[in-house]
This record gives sequence, C-alpha cells and structure tokens, in this order.
Amino acid sequence: MPKALEAIAALKGRWAAVSDRASLDHPAVNVPPADVVPVLRSLRDEHGFDMLTDVSGVDWALGSRPRFTVVYHLFSTQSHEYVRIAVDCADDAAPEVPSATGLWPGADWHEREAYDMYGIRFAGHPDLRRILMWDGYPHFPLRKDFPLSGIDTALPDLEVVAETGTNAIAAPMMGGPFVASPGEMNMTDAEPRAKDESWTERRPKPGAK
Amino acid sequence: MPAEYAFPDSAAKAATGEFETEKMSLSMGPSHPSTHGVLRLQLELDGEVVTKADPVIGYLHRGDEKIAENMTYNQFVPYTDRLDYLAPLANNMAYAIAVEKLAKLEVPPRCMATRVITAEMARISAHLLGLGAFGIDVGAWSVFMYSFTEREKLYKLFEELTGARFTTSYSRIGGSACDVPEGWIGRVDAFCDQFLPLLEEILNLLTRNRIFVDRTVGVGVITKEDAIAYGLTGPNLRGSGIALDLRKDKPYSGYEQYDFDVPIGTKGDGYDRYLVRGEEMRQSVRIIKQAVAKFPSGAWYAEDAKRIFAPPKDKVLTSMEELIQNFMIVTEGPQMPAGEVYFEAENPKGALGFYIVSKGGGVPWRLKIRAPSFCNLSILPKVCVGAMVSDVVSILGSLDFVMGECDR
Repeated sequence: MPKALEAIAALKGRWAAVSDRASLDHPAVNVPPADVVPVLRSLRDEHGFDMLTDVSGVDWALGSRPRFTVVYHLFSTQSHEYVRIAVDCADDAAPEVPSATGLWPGADWHEREAYDMYGIRFAGHPDLRRILMWDGYPHFPLRKDFPLSGIDTALPDLEVVAETGTNAIAAPMMGGPFVASPGEMNMTDAEPRAKDESWTERRPKPGAK
Repeated sequence: MPAEYAFPDSAAKAATGEFETEKMSLSMGPSHPSTHGVLRLQLELDGEVVTKADPVIGYLHRGDEKIAENMTYNQFVPYTDRLDYLAPLANNMAYAIAVEKLAKLEVPPRCMATRVITAEMARISAHLLGLGAFGIDVGAWSVFMYSFTEREKLYKLFEELTGARFTTSYSRIGGSACDVPEGWIGRVDAFCDQFLPLLEEILNLLTRNRIFVDRTVGVGVITKEDAIAYGLTGPNLRGSGIALDLRKDKPYSGYEQYDFDVPIGTKGDGYDRYLVRGEEMRQSVRIIKQAVAKFPSGAWYAEDAKRIFAPPKDKVLTSMEELIQNFMIVTEGPQMPAGEVYFEAENPKGALGFYIVSKGGGVPWRLKIRAPSFCNLSILPKVCVGAMVSDVVSILGSLDFVMGECDR
C-alpha cells in the first residue's frame, strides 16, 4: 500500500472531520481550518511528507460557498509521493486559515502570495505583507470578480504620481484574448468569448467617465 | 591636524572598545548586474556584514495565472515560454504533461523521446547561462563567452525545430506543434559529440580557478534540513546533498528508460551547486545520446489528441464534420474533464509544478504555477545573514534563479 494512502487512512482515523476529496491523481483530503496545523504536522513527522512544495488559493466564484479554499501539496523525499490537503475557509468575506510557517519556513512566501492574490489571511504568519503586488495595492487580483484587464489604480509612489500625473491604467484589450464571464455558473455561458473592450484615441474606453 | 578636526568622543570610545556603530540600509537592485533581472534586496548592513536581508520581488509580475483562467489550454502554451525563459522547451513540456494528466492522454514514444531530448537541451542551455553569469558575478568573464558560443549552437537547433530561437512554444496538449525535421536528430547527435570536450574546457576555467574557489567555497552554505524546510528543488537542493531528482524518483515522459546519474554536493555551498550543475550537463548529454540512438518512429501526437488538434486545413474547407470541429476548437477550446491535477517536472531551476483545477469546458478554473525560482529565493533572508556584501553577489549567482518564473 502506498505511503500516501496509509497516511490518509491514519489521518481519517484520528480526526473525524477529515474527509476524502475528489482527485484525478494524488490522494487528497479535506481538512477543516481548526485541524490543518496538527494534520500537516502529523504528515510531516509521522508519515514522512517532509517537503511543502506548494500552497495555493482557489476562488470558487462570487456567491459560492465556501468561496475560498487553500490547497497544500506535500511531497515525501523518502517515498516520492504527493498528498493534497484542501482547507475551505469558513468566512467568505474575511477568509482565514492558520499559518503553516511554524512547520515549514518555506510556507512564508507561499502564504504571502495567497494573501496578495486572494486576500486570504493566515493566522499566526509573522509578516503577512503583499509579495508580488506593491504594498498598499487595494485589490486582490486573482479573485474572480477582478477583471482580466485590471482596474485603474494609483501608482505606489505618490511623488511619481504628482510629477507625472499618471496612474496604473487598465490594459487596453485591442482584439484581446478570450474573456470568461466571472461568476457564471452555467459552463456553456462561461466559455470564453472574444469580448471587444478595445479603445483607441478616437473611441473612448468602455465605462470611462 | 588642527584642533577643530579632531573627534575626541569617537577616539575615546574607540579606545575603550565602545565604538558606536549604526546600521546602514542598502537597496540592492532592482537593476543591479548581479540580481539577474529585477530582484531587489533590501539589506541591513553592519559595516560590510549583512544583518538582515528582505528580498522584494514582483517587478516582473504579469499575472500569468489570471491570464490562464481566461484562455483555452493550448493558447496558454506561449505564456509558459516566458516563465523560465532560459529553458522554454522544458516549461512547454511540463505544462503539456500536466494538462495531459487532466485530459488522460497518453503521448506516443516518439513524442516522449522528442520531449526528453528538447528538455535536456534546454537544461544544457540554461546551465550554460547560469554558469556563465555566475562566473561574471565573481569576476571570471571569459566563461560567459565560451558558454554563449555553445548556447548559440543550441539556439540554431531550437530554431530549426520550432521556428523560434527563444520563445519556442513547441508542446501542444497531446503532442508537439510539429514533427522533428529531416536530419535534425543527427545534428543533435553531432552537437553532443563536439560539446563534451568543450564543456570540459569551460568547466576547467572555473573548477580550479583560485579566485572562483575562494569566492564560492563555504559561501552561502545551505544545510540539508534547511533545503527541505524551504522547499528548495533542483541543483540547489542536490547541492546540499539530497539525491532527489524527479526524473529519477518520479519518472515522466519515459525518463525511466535512460541511464543517468544524479550528482549531489557534500557541503551545500556555492561551489557545490556549481559542481552539481556542471555534472548535470554531462548527464544531460548522456541522456540525449541514448534518446538519439533509439529514437522511435511512429506518430508524434496522441491518437486521442485529434479532438484537441485543429483538423487539417484542406479538410476544413471541404468537409462539414471537420469544419464544425475546427469551429468548436477555435471558439470554445478542447473540452476537458472536471477535476484537479498537480504535476511537477524536473526543470533546470528545480521542480516546476502546475496545479490545475478544471470545472470542465475549455478553460482552466484555476492554474497555479509552482515556480522553482520563487521557492529557491525564499531562503535568501536566511543565507544572506552574516555574509559580506560581496558574498551576497556570489550567493545570488550560485542560486541561479530567473525572475520571469519567480514573479510570473
């Protein structure tokens, strides 16, 4: 029996709230936020899943419950297997999950990225700042309600703004890529269509004042 | 010295050993030759010694993951070129295999062999640049010149295969963009034969080079425990003495058929990481030679992938069936089953992972890119502390990162 399946069986025996998760490849479980740190610790110390390869946020669209999920991928350097741990955030407005930085220092940047992109807070993270976007950026860009072209935003350096009078503007999408409709539940309607949101000097930007 | 220029306070303090020092803050980058792109290090210095290092990344953030959610699977292939832009062929392959796992497609042996050959060529090309730039960082200019001559030969072969030197976009879901051209395999073989002696020459410029050794041995030591705790992968992990190579331990694309060794370091310093990369190039040549010797014939795309590929143009113009299929593939993209997959490939910089969440249909719901350079750089605040400013340059060179991949 592969180590990963053994580990999953042991987890389910110990924590009643741990349940199987549908997966096309590696063994996966759903874990409630309260149990995630002990579950990860048990996987690391008792089952040999010593490497945290990835932490990623997922947004299941505006209005779905739960809206945000944090997915951890662990790798065992001994048995060379992966396991996937998914944690659904309880509160859709202020999603929060306990931080894994106490177990792996490498979780630091992954969690900062999930916070930066989705606004998921990691309780107990020593330094939860934005990592890819600049400090003070007002949006969470990978949320499904954030448009692909971006949102007009003030530049981080106010001195530059005062001097040049420019902002970070939304991208012009001249003949642009396919655009999926965010929040669309019917997959046929959600298929990406080429949406003409282009603008030029002569034709004003859609939605601009 | 006139009386007014004397500094009695300082002199007295220095004599009693209470000389007051002040921490200096130094912003290194984002445009600094040693930061290989646009990495910025916010350093706190006590004299020449780094007491705190805070990497500031994101200058090259393009929102690749957001873009991926808004286009069909094959449309995203060119974006993978721009992750680790020193090894686009390896990225293409990693992405294609991840989506093929989702689509449950098996590619034929000829396609797998082509992918192995191209990925190993990409590894040689990436490591050559890594070593050349590392050499420049620590004061050995000539290595860069020699390694770029060899990379130029590789680029010629890439161009012949894919039509582009740099942004190859060669993989497709379930196959490749095209078959290998006539005689190309032979030219790859010829490249390998002439490359091995030149590689020895290039490595000889560094391996016993007094300056290079002095600047790398014992600098930027990463212990085994730290390497695992920070999620380091690739040559940086192996340099710390952990024999973990996904090509060996979690084989994909037929790597299990090839005979090669996984070099590891003993001390985990910059010199070990250099040695590991040098040896990996020799092993890559070994793999290419084996793949070339028994290069399989047959189809170069999966039979099932016909529902993903656009049909031949003459059929589209003459047959209703193909016209409809072409229309569906162009407008909605190839239809994928719902589900979640995670796949990691051993790229030149480390394990490049793709986590794909599909709700069915032609676009991924979520595509997370696990970038090896991102994880490898996260250890910087730990290794830089206690190092001299000049050692930071050496550490950055030895970690061999690409910001295009780190920032995505």
